[in-house]
Amino acid sequence: MTAETVLFYVFAAVAVVASMLVIAQRNPIHSVLLLIASFGALSGLYVLLEAPFVAVIQIIVYAGAIMVLFLFVVMLLNAPHEETGHDLAVHPLLRPGPLRVGGVLAAALVVELVWALTAHGGESGAFPSGAVSSVAAIGRSLFRDYSFQFEVTSVLILVAMVGAVVLASRGPTGRAR
Amino acid sequence: MPALNHYLVLSAILFSIGTAGVFLRRNLITILLSIEIMLNAVNLSFVAFGRALGSADGQIIVFFVMTVAAAEAAVGLAIVISLFRHHESLNPDQFTALKW
Repeated sequence: MTAETVLFYVFAAVAVVASMLVIAQRNPIHSVLLLIASFGALSGLYVLLEAPFVAVIQIIVYAGAIMVLFLFVVMLLNAPHEETGHDLAVHPLLRPGPLRVGGVLAAALVVELVWALTAHGGESGAFPSGAVSSVAAIGRSLFRDYSFQFEVTSVLILVAMVGAVVLASRGPTGRAR
Repeated sequence: MPALNHYLVLSAILFSIGTAGVFLRRNLITILLSIEIMLNAVNLSFVAFGRALGSADGQIIVFFVMTVAAAEAAVGLAIVISLFRHHESLNPDQFTALKW
C-alpha cells in the first residue's frame, strides 16, 4: 500500500463517518460542525486528485463561508432540537412508519450505485499521469471558454442576495412578512 | 493507487447518505445540510472524472456548483428563518399551508 492509498482510505473514512453522523445528530450545531470535518476530508481527497485549487476553495468558501452562514442561522433560531415529545423519545433515524421506507430507499441507492460502478470488473480506470492542476490553466479556461457562464453566475448571486434580503426582512411596519 | 472507481464509489456512498438525510430527518436545517452533502458528493465525482480525462473542466464545474450551493444556502436559510417566524417550528410536517 502506498502512502496515497492509505491517505485515500483515511480521508474517505473520515468523510463517510462524519457525513453519517451529520444525519444522525439531534443537535443541528453538531451536524454543522461534523459537516465541516467532512468537508476537510473531501479537501484532502481533492489534493490527492491533484486539484489544489478546488481543495482550497472547498475550505475557504464551503467550510469558511457557507457553513458559517448555517451556524449563524442555527444560533439565530435558537431551536436546536426537533421539539415534539415523540421526537425526543425516539432517535431521528429509528422512527417507524414512512421514514423507514426512506432508509430502505437510501440503502437500495447505495447498493445500486456501487454495483453499477463495480459490475464490469476488469480495469478500474487508473488515472493518467498528466493532471491539469495549475490555477493559471483553470483561470485561463474559466475566463476564455466559460466566460459567459462566469458572468451569468454574477446574476445568480445577485438574485440570491436580493431574494435572501426580501425573504428575511420585515416589512415597513416591522411585521414579519 | 486509488483509481477512478474508488472515487466514484465514495461519491455514490456520500450521495446516498445525503439522500437518506433528506428522507429521514424532520428538521429543515439538517435537510439543507444533507443537500450540501449531496452537492459535495457530485463535486467529488466531477473532479475525479476531470482528473481521469486530463482536463480542467471538472474543476471549473465544481466552481459553478459551489456558487449555486452558496446561492441555494442563502435563499434556503432565508426561507427557513421566515418560516420559523410564522410557525415557531423547523419541522416540515408543520408547514401544511399548501397541502391540498
